[in-house]
Amino acid sequence: MKPTRLLWTPAIAFWWRDVIRFLRQRNRIIGALATPLVFWLLVGSGFGPSFRNPGAPLDTGSYLAYFFPGTLVLIMLFTAIFSTISVIEDRREGFLQGALVAPLSPAAIPLGKFLGGTTLAVLQAGLFCVLAPLAGLPIGWHQALLLLPALVCVGFAMTGLGFLVAWPMDSTQGFHAIMNIFLMPLWMMSGALFPMPAGTGWLYWVGALNPVSYGVTAIRAAFIGGNSSALPAGYLTGLAVTALFATLMFIISVWLVARRSRRN
Amino acid sequence: MIASSDESLNLMSDHGSSQAIIVRDLVKSFGDRRALDGITLEVRRGELFCLLGPNGGGKSTLFRILATLSLADSGSAQVAGHNVVSDAAGVRARLGVVFQSPSLDGKLTVLENLRCGGALYGLNGSELESRIIEATKALDLSDRLNDFVETLSGGLQRRTEIAKCLLIRPEVLLLDEPSTGLDPGARLDLWAALENLRNQHGVTALCTTHLMEEAARADRVGIVSEGKLVALGTPDELTSAIGGDVISLGVTAGTGADHLAREITAKTGILATVVEGEVRIEHAEAYAFAARLAGDFPGGISSLRIARPTLEDVFIARTGRLFADQDLEPGTTPPAKKKKH
Repeated sequence: MKPTRLLWTPAIAFWWRDVIRFLRQRNRIIGALATPLVFWLLVGSGFGPSFRNPGAPLDTGSYLAYFFPGTLVLIMLFTAIFSTISVIEDRREGFLQGALVAPLSPAAIPLGKFLGGTTLAVLQAGLFCVLAPLAGLPIGWHQALLLLPALVCVGFAMTGLGFLVAWPMDSTQGFHAIMNIFLMPLWMMSGALFPMPAGTGWLYWVGALNPVSYGVTAIRAAFIGGNSSALPAGYLTGLAVTALFATLMFIISVWLVARRSRRN
Repeated sequence: MIASSDESLNLMSDHGSSQAIIVRDLVKSFGDRRALDGITLEVRRGELFCLLGPNGGGKSTLFRILATLSLADSGSAQVAGHNVVSDAAGVRARLGVVFQSPSLDGKLTVLENLRCGGALYGLNGSELESRIIEATKALDLSDRLNDFVETLSGGLQRRTEIAKCLLIRPEVLLLDEPSTGLDPGARLDLWAALENLRNQHGVTALCTTHLMEEAARADRVGIVSEGKLVALGTPDELTSAIGGDVISLGVTAGTGADHLAREITAKTGILATVVEGEVRIEHAEAYAFAARLAGDFPGGISSLRIARPTLEDVFIARTGRLFADQDLEPGTTPPAKKKKH
């Protein structure tokens, strides 16, 4: 046996474990899906009558329709948070202890976790997409084909954010604090909840520098669909920036894991 | 036998070495506190070695260094011929680690946990399946494969954990307080399993514990206190190094223990010490001596106990302190008042 610095076999095991665990815990499915659903319906219905979207290139219709892509991102953010928050306890007194003394590549744990989180996020977001027609958003093969890469990239990026927050933490309370003061604002200021203004104001820059904005943009564009000869405006940029951000999250995570194995 | 420097230590890192674990002058501090204060010890191949000590004595720190989870400030350590720092991957591939808190996933079955555990070491397919059969047989878990881990008793969970470690056919098994949370019956089962692994499969095991009777079953025991190794040997060697039996005297309220100990020493010429409020005397003819004491100091003694020396007495003799421990398990209650260290 010459197992030094293993990557794929353990990563697939982590991925499989995350998926199985999730499917066996029904309350997690409900938690990650029902909360944003309720949020979407309540906020969407409440804001609906007074909502105007000044910068919209196309008439995106009701606020429920405007808010739909943002809700998808919220679902993925929640799923990612649920699947990465476990890392905190798992590493100190759970399954991941064993992973820390196994001859793994430092990329194995992040890879497995990212794949697991992404799978769950895309699965749940996909389920929610069934409701798109209710919001007045058409969803056909064209939209689905554009949506899938966008959802995958956003899922990967969200899991990455969660992992980066969770890994250095030693308590779940700390995670909740960061979630409230960092992750949720990141989502709110992404154009998910309201359109970020154009121009040069501070709010514009918050949106432009916020990586989550690009995920929201890509998903929103995917619903518009475009036509067979041209992709919808903003789709490729949104996708590219999100993919770049996701890659960055992954690289930092690997670095964090590698660094930790040299520490106390 | 002990290498005198790091260089000569490296020369011993071939497979032929009879030492499974070599620890040299390990020092590790957390802030001002020295968790390890220059520990040197060796564990032979095929040996069941117990590291005995009170909680906070340094054994868990040593465990984490040997498990490649923590770096020492100075000194060196080798496991199965590989340096834990410069060749951590080499150590990890040969080392099975059983943590104090379970590293199993309760939402998965025994079989699923074992498959995941094997995958961490690159095992899969029929090789993994046959090793799972082998390991579960060795630990008598064959009929539990499809049970969810969270439904198993503590003892079965611990055995599942050891089975997971065995999948990689480790040369060395490290166990951190493996009997924590187990009832006495499960504890006995666990030790029977470990002894079986040593006898049948030649596994070397280093096990930390704060339980005297557990350490008494080991081939050799190292007693750790305040970061130092205070005793090392077989349980018999250690206890027989104490001169005879041990007399413990409870002291009446009016008499101070120190006063009584001084009087006994002055009058009989036998050294009497005070340990946590009790007077303690080692004597080759303890019964006769106890009878004499009872006659000579009628008012001062409230209770009198004579016992064969145990590892606890070894601890007391070497450190001058009771083996007082905060996480007391049933059956290990020290005889006198407990104090936090």
